[in-house]
Amino acid sequence: MKSIPLKRIHKFLRHKKKFPHVWCAGCSNGIVLGATIRAIADMGYEKDNIAMVSGIGCSSRMPVYVDFNTLHTLHGRAIAYATGVKLAKPNMEVIVVTGDGDATAIGGNHLIHAARRNINITVILVNNYIYGMTGGQYSPTTPLNDLSSTTPYGNMDPTFDICELAMGAGASFVARTSAYHVVEMQSFIKQAFEHKGFSLIEIISACPVIYGRMNKKGTAPEMMMWMKKNIIPNKAYEKLEPEEQESKISRGVLRKIEKPEYVEQYSKLITSLQPKEEKSEPKDSTAKRAEGEKNDNK
Amino acid sequence: MQTQEPKRILLQGNEAIALGALDAGLNFFAGYPITPSTEIAEILARELPKRGGVFIQMEDEIASISAIIGASIAGSKVMTATSGPGFSLMLEGMGYAKITETPCVVVNVMRGGPSTGLPTSPSQSDIMQARWGNHGDAPAIVLYPDSVLESYQLTIRAINLAEKYRTCVVLLTDEVLGHMRRAVTLPKINPGRIIHRIKPNVPPEWYKHYEDITKYRTPVASFGEGYRFHVTGLSHDQYGFPTNKAEETKAMMTRLKKKITHHIDDLVQVEAFEMEDARVAIFAAGISSRSAKAAIKMARKSGRKIGLLRPLTIWPFPDDAVKKYLRDMKAIIVPELNQGQLSLELKRVLGNKKTRKIIELQRYDGNTISPAEILEIIKEVH
Repeated sequence: MKSIPLKRIHKFLRHKKKFPHVWCAGCSNGIVLGATIRAIADMGYEKDNIAMVSGIGCSSRMPVYVDFNTLHTLHGRAIAYATGVKLAKPNMEVIVVTGDGDATAIGGNHLIHAARRNINITVILVNNYIYGMTGGQYSPTTPLNDLSSTTPYGNMDPTFDICELAMGAGASFVARTSAYHVVEMQSFIKQAFEHKGFSLIEIISACPVIYGRMNKKGTAPEMMMWMKKNIIPNKAYEKLEPEEQESKISRGVLRKIEKPEYVEQYSKLITSLQPKEEKSEPKDSTAKRAEGEKNDNK
Repeated sequence: MQTQEPKRILLQGNEAIALGALDAGLNFFAGYPITPSTEIAEILARELPKRGGVFIQMEDEIASISAIIGASIAGSKVMTATSGPGFSLMLEGMGYAKITETPCVVVNVMRGGPSTGLPTSPSQSDIMQARWGNHGDAPAIVLYPDSVLESYQLTIRAINLAEKYRTCVVLLTDEVLGHMRRAVTLPKINPGRIIHRIKPNVPPEWYKHYEDITKYRTPVASFGEGYRFHVTGLSHDQYGFPTNKAEETKAMMTRLKKKITHHIDDLVQVEAFEMEDARVAIFAAGISSRSAKAAIKMARKSGRKIGLLRPLTIWPFPDDAVKKYLRDMKAIIVPELNQGQLSLELKRVLGNKKTRKIIELQRYDGNTISPAEILEIIKEVH
């Protein structure tokens, strides 16, 4: 199918009621939303078959704008809710949109355990280095010595490397890019959709109004130019000396491995527990779905 | 319920809850191990996949309540089970289920608190938490059985009420009830008594996830069925989209309240035991009401006219039954395993003038109240 950019907006956004959006001028969340929608269009997913789940925060406001099955949950809990949705409707594409505070501070436990289970959900993590919605408090990714409303003397907390965290916990697809690298972002999101297992894409984003202003990072375009210059392909990053690496951030698909996927494993268990003669017709709809029947979206 | 094919089996309270849930059509359970509720999870871990359902042990109680709400929005009948510490962790999620009108059941097998307290001892100290634990004004439906058989029956009722009223229903029980074994005959379940969600039959663009009509059983869609609605914990309009308009917020909050207040007759159940000629009454629930019944049988032998009023529905509180049965009693004995949670509510309903008639019998040391202790008080007041 030939793609027409304008039509996608009409097809995927709840444009009638829900705009203008809540995001500030210069915020990267709209760029991430655009890339996500284009990746969904590339995949040819049915809107009815997509569940977008989010927690609390700026990026977590995204689901309200898109015409999918949308679930705006509690702070930090998006991945746990998404786990329930995915297990109840294994054929749905479950996408989590979350932020650095939502996913790695209050929701850190859910992030690592979903990664460990390798459940087939796609987490789009927008990392703006700050709690934007509450006015600029420091998050687990706020760089050392940076200013925020709760680090008036500079941040002394060491930071999380979100991708390392996800890989350490067992995620089978992990990628990082930035809001500047928008074509790559779309490609990574698409690759994450195609991947079977827990996928995480960290997208470094610009928050010029809060993080940028507090730390004198300049205007939104200036922050974009910083990303262009300092967020470099992983291959180039690995060739740098350790002291050179400190001022740069790597981007690229950092991990892509095949591992048993949780929902599929559970579906196999269900099938194996059915009495032999009834195997062709399991008792419950969950098991039917496990065998790949497509009736549940009608 | 019919009792064809009666089969007498030895059953523990927690086992009865698991069986009740399965018979009510449960197909999704997420939980986290905690004494004294763990048997419920263990049985469902074994039984649910056999029936095509899903059991998952989550990383904590917050994740457990989150996963069941997610699964419920995707169309499953869901439940989790925990005890005091886990119940405290689940409260935010329970509030989310209430504001988003998502059916789910939380079983709380009460143990001594606060904090880690007495993990292996009974308590009735989460009665107020089950009502007022959520932040914000939130409706509460809370049931409390007093036997193994009733644990089975009220679990079915809890799941039915959750589906019917689209809210989080709490089943309170306690450590002794949960671990008590009795030979019981489970009644045969009439499939017509199991409540399922009504599916919408309107075009998707007409569908309102929270249609503001007085009927509580509105058609409700699940994810993946073509309706593509929005669910949020923010104040929302009838379609589910966030709002901060006063009139829309008020309509939502009123709807949540009226779901309960307009259906008190359907929600509230009490047992009046030996109340016909009673001059002194005991008001007790759960394990304490078992001791009360034993004490009443002993007291009746010596001619004392005493009865028991027992709420099966703790919340909404049975105001009308309390007024009807207890207003003219010479004395009301309230045995409970806490520092006065039921008696506080009783005082609210009966008013200040009757307060002096209420005799509180409280234990909060990890032990149950014995029939002899109650009998002693009966002899003093009768």
